[in-house]
Amino acid sequence: MAIVFQKPKSLTDVPYHYCPGCTHGIVHRLVAEAIDALGIEGKTIGIAPVGCSVMAYDYFKCDMIEASHGRAPAVATGVKRALPDHVVFTYQGDGDLASIGLCETVSTACRGENVTIIFINNAIYGMTGGQMAPTSLIGQVTQTSPYGRDPKTQGMPIRICELLATLDAPAYLERVAVNSVAHVRQAKKAIHKAFQNQVEGKGFSLVEVISTCPTNWGLTPEKACQFVEEKMIPFYPLGCFKDKENGK
Amino acid sequence: MSEKVLMKGNEAIAEAAIRCGCRHYFGYPITPQTEIAAYMSKRMPKIDGTFLQAESEIAAINMVYGCAATGRRAMTSSSSPGISLKAEGMSYLAGADLPALIVNVQRGGPGLGGIQPSQSDYFFMTRGPGHGDFHIIVLAPATVQEMADMTRLAFELGEKYRMPAMLLADGTMGQMMEPVVLPEDTVDPATIPATKPWATTGTEMKRAHNIVNSLYLKPDELEKTNYERFARYAKLEAEECRWEEYLMDDAEVCVVSVGITARVAKNAIVAARKEGIKVGMIRPITLFPFPKAALAKAAAKVKGFLTVELNMGQMNEDVKLAINCAKPVNMCNRVGGMIPSADEVLAAIRKEAK
Ligand SMILES: Cc1ncc(C[n+]2csc(CCOP(=O)(O)OP(=O)(O)O)c2C)c(N)n1
Ligand code: SF4
Ligand SMILES: [Mg+2]
Repeated sequence: MAIVFQKPKSLTDVPYHYCPGCTHGIVHRLVAEAIDALGIEGKTIGIAPVGCSVMAYDYFKCDMIEASHGRAPAVATGVKRALPDHVVFTYQGDGDLASIGLCETVSTACRGENVTIIFINNAIYGMTGGQMAPTSLIGQVTQTSPYGRDPKTQGMPIRICELLATLDAPAYLERVAVNSVAHVRQAKKAIHKAFQNQVEGKGFSLVEVISTCPTNWGLTPEKACQFVEEKMIPFYPLGCFKDKENGK
Repeated sequence: MSEKVLMKGNEAIAEAAIRCGCRHYFGYPITPQTEIAAYMSKRMPKIDGTFLQAESEIAAINMVYGCAATGRRAMTSSSSPGISLKAEGMSYLAGADLPALIVNVQRGGPGLGGIQPSQSDYFFMTRGPGHGDFHIIVLAPATVQEMADMTRLAFELGEKYRMPAMLLADGTMGQMMEPVVLPEDTVDPATIPATKPWATTGTEMKRAHNIVNSLYLKPDELEKTNYERFARYAKLEAEECRWEEYLMDDAEVCVVSVGITARVAKNAIVAARKEGIKVGMIRPITLFPFPKAALAKAAAKVKGFLTVELNMGQMNEDVKLAINCAKPVNMCNRVGGMIPSADEVLAAIRKEAK
């Protein structure tokens, strides 16, 4: 029988620990597909964050490093400077990348470090049980914004792609989602490009993936995908914010 | 043999690191250690190395973490306030059993403190330089020559015991110029990663993936890593304690001091000997592991100890612990960037000898 669908080769057989309907799994798959397609597994080093994807090091077959909370871009920089011909990626949540690690994120982007960053924006701190994230929407109820995020006291959500697009150095910034088949297809393309850019030496590439956290959003997986469509995407518009080689 | 050159302590560290095969330096400016960064920024680009001025000390130590994970000899340097920011990274380096060199050219504290010499990070570095149960190797140079020699020692011991290693100098050591014979440039940086089969250098599809990690969610597994690490520390203590003894054969008073104060104390000891006072010195060179046995041995012979230090009595506690309070352990100290004069130390020795 012909194989029509299989697990990407650069994923291990370790079962994911993610909650049912969580889109971390889809994004892992897309990253692995890009690694497979480019044939770079043997020379890729991945950096896992602190967050629900902390154990990503068990899922990818390439060499992996676990970083402290928010510091993955600095760790990636250290690896890349040691191994400039290798492929280095980080996989980070919004608390990790946009809050505690924002300085590392902006500085790494500013240096135009030739690394790939996969940024999972699920508008919440998933791992610690659903606290407000820098990306939580206005009015969003979380464990630490029980009356809904109030911009007067809790500020406004941060748009990372738009923020980084003000910098000259980054090569590629795109925001995608994975809540529908069409969006997954687009996400796959963007993630592939973010890795290919690095292989071609083009510089800092970041893909922000609007993701779901059904568990802490208190929604079924299906309703969570709807929430992405109706609430997240209007605030976090999808699209390419920077693509240097194409003059954007 | 290498020629003798006149160099600042900070620069001697930098040049020695390069000669030991270090090609990756990550740092953030802070007085009184910035010459290390300045030196590296000049030298590294010429030898295909990396000098990177990081956005913060936190970023710098995490760059070291990533670089060390690839098996390279990586280093960072800072001074006290910056070392506070590196505490997180030192804990992760220790948790992942990664060797790396961290230089701390101490200044007075707490807070922003001052920029003059200090030894007030002694507790911080020797007790727990970050969260969790761990230690780093701590070496205390007292000459520019030792700044250079201990740079090599720090890399070698760090790799042997898979631990971060620190050169803990006071500001004077960093700023002072002295003749120094630099280590021979015999280490080929390219050969170092091959000695580290755990390094994340890419699988090349030839082996299972390596994982550099400090997370153990199962308590029994985490407990095991702690015990395993402390077994290494015990071996380190048994085999690598270093100290210098000065005029200890007939000594009745034992001065204990490191860095600049050990040098001041030496002058005071010479003067005291002229007065007929039987005084000597034990100068710990490794602060972790602390040369407890040497002090315990001395305790059997001397009437008392006198620590001379640039803090409120931090090493003093280690001496008391080492000798199990068998003899009085007094102190001659200055803080805030002040350094005791030889006369001040001499007066303290006279008091001790009475
Ligand atoms: C220094 C530090 N502070 C706090 C934590 C606790 N912590 C673990 S995960 C996390 C939030 C992660 O949220 P995010 O990055 O959005 O990832 P997600 O779980 O949503 O995928 C926090 C605060 C930690 N491990 N380390
Ligand atoms: S808590 Fe949320 S982000 Fe974490 S695995 Fe569960 S659904 Fe996914
Ligand atoms: Mg999150």
